[in-house]
Amino acid sequence: MPEVSDKIREAARSLLRQHKVDLVVGFERGSIPLRSTPCFVRREEDVDRLIWDSFCENNLAKYLVKRAERVAIVGKGCDVRAVVELIKENQISREQLFIIGVPCQGMVDRRRVEAKLDGREILEVSETDGELELKGDGFSEIVSREEFLYPCCKTCTHRNPVISDVLVADAAAELDSDSHLDVAEFEARSAGERWEYLSREFSKCIRCYACRNACPLCYCQECFVDNSRPQWVGKSTDASDVAVFHIMRAFHLAGRCVDCGACERACPMGVDIRKLNRKLVKDVKARFDYETGLSLDQVAPLSTFRPDDPEEFMLDP
Amino acid sequence: MMVGSKDWKPKILAFLCNWCSYAGADLAGTSRIQYPANVRVIRVPCSGRLNPFFIIAALQHGIDGVLVCGCHPGECHYLSGNYNARRKFALLKGLLEYIGLEEDRVQFSWVSAAEGVRFAKVIAVATEKIKALGPAERLVKKPA
Repeated sequence: MPEVSDKIREAARSLLRQHKVDLVVGFERGSIPLRSTPCFVRREEDVDRLIWDSFCENNLAKYLVKRAERVAIVGKGCDVRAVVELIKENQISREQLFIIGVPCQGMVDRRRVEAKLDGREILEVSETDGELELKGDGFSEIVSREEFLYPCCKTCTHRNPVISDVLVADAAAELDSDSHLDVAEFEARSAGERWEYLSREFSKCIRCYACRNACPLCYCQECFVDNSRPQWVGKSTDASDVAVFHIMRAFHLAGRCVDCGACERACPMGVDIRKLNRKLVKDVKARFDYETGLSLDQVAPLSTFRPDDPEEFMLDP
Repeated sequence: MMVGSKDWKPKILAFLCNWCSYAGADLAGTSRIQYPANVRVIRVPCSGRLNPFFIIAALQHGIDGVLVCGCHPGECHYLSGNYNARRKFALLKGLLEYIGLEEDRVQFSWVSAAEGVRFAKVIAVATEKIKALGPAERLVKKPA
């Protein structure tokens, strides 16, 4: 997507030249193919490092928390929704922020692309409309982008940034609604099956906290997993401790999770982390009619209430 | 009592709001109303004081069931503590069931200071449901 890259550079250059921002947070080419990496540009001469392609998967909102300087962020749909939440939670102010919005076509899951090639090493990737050309030693293959999108990109209903100061591409086509069929399917299983499935998933967890560190909304100065007084959850990989970690991590994101999938992408063990997050996204939508990160004026669902909130779950003998 | 034996009695933890349910429990006592003695009470200033961790930690440490009682909607001593708690509990209960915890392990109810009879009934029903589930196993931390 060279034209998008050009427009990002153009916007960044003019912002830095006019001293409107001190820092531009975007993506640059990674050291290996299929990996673009976050990039921090402070000088005009470095602007050409900025790029945009199908591998700009990190949620850059992560890098905004408690910044003092004026920042421009290159944000796709989910990044900007996280930014909206951070503004609402007073982690950054709208005034110091310049949002270079990128309507997103979804990001490509490099692990699945690599899996398809059965161990053959990819040395070069080029993109044309809707297709990726993978080249390596003695092979060249063309695959469809759509087929390898991340699961969260496939169900994403807000590909276009909800707020922005400049847009660098035409609006992306949006899905109508995310019906959370995966959650409904899981809910339909028996309690025992659900417990078994999640226990198996949790057993992979090595408690590295990569999911927490990649999450744009996990910014507590002292996370509950690091607390020692009281020590809410043990630090071992004991099955119960791991389950509690995942339950509470998800619960802390209730009504705050934008389902960007950063946690799952960061996970080195392939834990199905979004299984819990999406349940809460679904419940928050169904119960409180709230979708995270859509507007600066909405009050967070757990900071408010309605006298007639549903209470069918309460015991009333 | 041996787990699995016929005389097994569940350990139930009840978080009671100081301003209503705790007084309701008191009323049940002074009125000499009978109810199952499986409940250990922890008094909290408001149902809104409940950190979900209180519930999770109880389950992790082998409590068979948790009951949280607060003031009826509109009657909170702090005006809105129970309303906020209700939202939190709705999501928490949903999430715990979703991960495969039995539906009745964690229960919530409103009990006012004047409802000694209702308090006894809530305890009786909650105890019955938890008894039917048997001892807690999921989420319980086993000794290393």
